[in-house]
This record gives sequence, C-alpha cells and structure tokens, in this order.
Amino acid sequence: MSIEVKNLTKSFGAFKAVDDVSFRVETGSLTALLGPSGSGKSTLLRIIAGLEVPDSGEILLTGEETTSRTARERNVGFVFQHYALFKHMTVWENIAFGLQVRRAPSVEVERRVKELVDLILLAGLEHRYPSQLSGGQRQRVALARALAPHPRVLLLDEPFGALDAKVREELRRWIRRLHDQTRVTTVFVTHDQHEALEIAGQVLVMNKGRIVQAGTPLDIFDRPATPFVAEFVGESNRVEAPVTEPGVACWGPIRFAVDGAAAGETVRVFFRPHDVRVGNSPEDGRVEALIRWTRFRGPLMELGMDLGGGREIVAQVPKGVAQAGGLVEGRRVFVDVAAYHVFPSPGTPTDAAHYGVADMDI
Amino acid sequence: MSPMTEPAYVRWTLIGLALVFLAAFLFVPVAAVFVYALEKGLWFYWRALGDPMARASIRLTLLTAAIAVPLNTVFGVAAAWAVTRFDFRGKSVLVTLIDLPFSVSPVISGMIFVFLFGAQGFLGPWLAGHGLRVLFAVPGIVLATTFVTFPFVARELIPLMQSQGMDEEEAAYVLGAGGLQMFFRVSLPKIKWGLFYGVILCNARAMGEFGAVSVVSGHIRGLTNTIPLHVEILYNEYNFTAAFALASLLTLLALLTLAAKCVIDRRSRAEAS
Repeated sequence: MSIEVKNLTKSFGAFKAVDDVSFRVETGSLTALLGPSGSGKSTLLRIIAGLEVPDSGEILLTGEETTSRTARERNVGFVFQHYALFKHMTVWENIAFGLQVRRAPSVEVERRVKELVDLILLAGLEHRYPSQLSGGQRQRVALARALAPHPRVLLLDEPFGALDAKVREELRRWIRRLHDQTRVTTVFVTHDQHEALEIAGQVLVMNKGRIVQAGTPLDIFDRPATPFVAEFVGESNRVEAPVTEPGVACWGPIRFAVDGAAAGETVRVFFRPHDVRVGNSPEDGRVEALIRWTRFRGPLMELGMDLGGGREIVAQVPKGVAQAGGLVEGRRVFVDVAAYHVFPSPGTPTDAAHYGVADMDI
Repeated sequence: MSPMTEPAYVRWTLIGLALVFLAAFLFVPVAAVFVYALEKGLWFYWRALGDPMARASIRLTLLTAAIAVPLNTVFGVAAAWAVTRFDFRGKSVLVTLIDLPFSVSPVISGMIFVFLFGAQGFLGPWLAGHGLRVLFAVPGIVLATTFVTFPFVARELIPLMQSQGMDEEEAAYVLGAGGLQMFFRVSLPKIKWGLFYGVILCNARAMGEFGAVSVVSGHIRGLTNTIPLHVEILYNEYNFTAAFALASLLTLLALLTLAAKCVIDRRSRAEAS
C-alpha cells in the first residue's frame, strides 16, 4: 500500500513544524525519514497516523484520501519511541488489543497473536508484563502489537532511540529482515544516519519542516543535494574557498574544480574524511601536511592535518594503513582530496544549487 | 555503617521523639475513643448504636455519602481528564477553583448554602414557592457535603495523570480503539489505584464532615443529623458513652481508610515494578 503526501503543512503557534511537504512512498518499501531533532519528521509521521491534524494538505493511502479519516479507518500501525505498551496488560493482551477493539472473533485473535509472538521470537513470554521484559523485547512487542491488525502501512517513530547501542544494531537488522518477510510498507523516523543508510531502501532527509532530499542511501551519501545534507549525513570537512580563476577555487594549497562559479566568488567545499588520501611521497602534486593529532576510531584512524596558515582538515584512513605507513603525530605527509562537493556560499541567490561533484582533482 | 548515617544516639533520639509524638497525638486519642465507647460494656455499646436517633443519623450519613461520593468521582475524573489532556483558556482558573473547598473554612461553605437557599436567600423564596426544601433538610446536607468533598478525587488524579502522560492512549487510538474502549481498557486501569484512593478519602470526609453540614442541617433529631452532628448533641447532653460509641464508628472508618491506603500502596507498587 503506497503513501502519498501532498503539500502537508502543520504549525504549532508561530513554529512551522511541517512546511509544504510532498512525497510518495511505494508499496512494500522501507523508507527512512532522517533529520535532526526539531526538523518536523516526528510530526509528519504523527500526521500520517492521524495523531495530529494538519493545517492543510492531503494524505493518500493506496491512492485513497484519508486526511479526514479516523485512525481506525486509516488502519495504520504505529510504533512509539518509548514503546507505549499497555503496562497493565500482558504481552498477549497487548498484541491482541488492536484485534479486540475491532471485535475480531476470538479464534482469529488467538491465531494471530500466536503467529506474531512467534514472529517476534517471544514464544513462552506471552504472559509477562512489559515491566518484566528488556528494552529490546518491549520494542518487539510494540512492533507485534502494531502489526496485529494487518495495518496498511507501518510507521515507526525513532524505534531504536531508547535502546543501547548493541541492541539497537541487532534490532534494526531484525527489522530489515522482518520487512523483507512481511513487505508491509514501512516508514521510520530517525535522527541516526547510520540507521537510515543501513536499512532503508529510500531516505527522505528533512530539515526545518521541509524535505531537502529524497533518494537511495547511496544517492544521499554520495550526492548530497544541499550543504545541509552534506554536513548532516556522514562526516564532512567544510572549507570556504575563493574562486581565483574561472573553474578553480583555491583553499590554501588545495585546488578544487568548480563549474559555473565566477572568479571573485567564494564557494563552500565539502569532503568526507575518508576521501582525503594520505601518503608519504609527494606524488601527483599532493600537498604537504603535518599530522597534529590522531584519534583511534576502531577500524579507522582519524588524523588531524595541518596544511599551514591555520588550515586544518580531518582525514580517516584504515587503522592498518595508518600503522603500516607510520602515520603518527608529528609526521609530515602528503595529502589530496579524492572526492568533494561544491556549493555556493550562503547569501548568494543560487544558495541551494550544486556546482557539481568532482571525483578527483587537486 | 555508611558515612551518611547519623550516630546511634541521634537516630534513637529522633525515632523516640517521633514515637512519643505519634503516641500522644494519635494512638492515645484513638484508643480513648474505643475505651470510652466500651466503658459501660458491650451491651450498652450495642444499645447506643441501636437507638432510633443514632440509627437515623447513620442512615443519613450513608445516604449522603452514597450521593456525594459517586458525584465527586465522576466530576473528579472528568476534571482531571480535562486538565491533563487538553489545553484551554482558563485552565489554571479551573485548577484553582477545584481547590476552593479546601481553602475555604467548612463553616463558610455551609454559610454559602444558607445565603443561596435560606428564606432570605437568593433561591430560597423561589424554592419555597415550589414546595422544595433545601436548607435544614436532606438536600442541603447532600449539597454541602458534595461541595466540601469536591476536590478529593480530582486532586488525587491530576498529578498522577500528568506524570503518566498520554502515550498509551495514543497507542490505543492508533490501534483503532473508540473513546469508550480507550477509557475503560486503557485509561481507567492506569489510574485505578489513584482513583480508588481518592474515592476512599472522599468517602471518609463525606461521612465525617462537620462544619458545613452543621450550618445547613438545623440539627433536627432523627431527620437532619448526620453521625458527627449526633455525636455532638449526645456529648453536649453529657451522654458521653453513647457519644463515643457513635464516634467509634467514624474512627473505625478512619482506620479502614488507612488500611485501604496501605493495601493500595502495596498493590500499585507491585504493579509498577
């Protein structure tokens, strides 16, 4: 069942939580709504579920106008960040609730609850109360409860937000597998880019109540549409570089190819720390840098590079490469930037436009 | 002994003080009520309670509570619901108004009804014209009691419901529950212990209220005397044993209320963990 949202707007007083948002989610897809807190993503989800009333705009579920429908008519499954399980009900009663309020025959309720308890791997714990379960188990019960009445779409609001790191990772992979099995159209809200990039088929990036980019995780990561996306998704170095001659911006010794920027303009250049290549020899016109600090990040080693003149960038290299190359504090090395994104500086009329992606240049 | 623990003599002095205080102000008076009540033996105790006037006062007290408590239960739930679930203009005024009966002396509360329903009062002549008697009659007593016990249930529920939030109700709504299903299957179980305690307190006060009821009752024996009023009459007539016998009923009610509170505390804590 597809979800289509058209020109949705919602304000709380003077604050525009959702600002003219339109998008479409295809049947059977798994979509992430990614954005910082306060970007309006939860509000958007709650409007789709019928928990908030939009000021204007339309929601179509399976092509059918549902903006004015009650939650029961919408038949949407919703999973809350803090589970919102019924504390006075057992696991079984929680999962059965959505079926019972719709007056499903008890044989059917019995069958469906059993099926779901098996699906969430909690067989044998049906008669526990939520307080007797771990965080991950509670969230799975919340999911089963939402799935029980065969919802047309499944909406998850920061579903892993209240869990610790290890459980989060397990649970999000489990959700991915579950989605592959059930194929229920799913939208989940998250502020965690790793979560969004790892399990979603489609990512909608939100900022200040608007959708700033929609695309596959790879698209979002490799071709950010705006400076916001470049900074918010993944880690980035950001530098302001003046355009010194047509087609070239210089930031200290590093040169970036820019198409369409006029000389005298200043552009913003974003590049990922792992796109900074670090070597011991000045090949291909790499520029000299001094390693100021190193930071151990598990499989990666992060290096703080001083390019002289107060210019610092961050590079990430695989830990093994750093060790083999002797990349330690105080070492002189040679660097270049393998891939980067160029945007006009703020204030220029073409603010959001993209000056292009370069794969290799110095 | 942890570094935060006081020396033994300080602890024992404090505990001793608390116990002496409790004994002097709670145990002794409560025990005294029963001692005096049973002073002339069980037979006399039984006769004192069986006296027609005493029985009438017991009946009236039960009737009053049977009307005032359900009314205030419904009102209290509705008010707590409105205050915690919705934002509206004048909300803080409403919260303050709910507390009004607590902040006004019960005698003044009684006077309000005299001014409203008395012969020279606001509604009195109209009511008298229609043959309705409020003041110095059962309706007046019920009204005054309802007014005085107004805040108990709402006061108990508002902080509870504020701390619980609306998550479970939202979940129920999205799952397709209607308003009544949501209330009886989700909201009511969430607040049941708080509600129960509020009702018990409300009941204890409804049965024990003296000041406001005294003003509107008129003290007509066998007709408009509740237990507390009848206790006073008996006492003023130097009929101490009978007065204490009747008073022991209210004391028993107080002890039962305390016991119920203990049970509720234990049950709700067991459910929370």
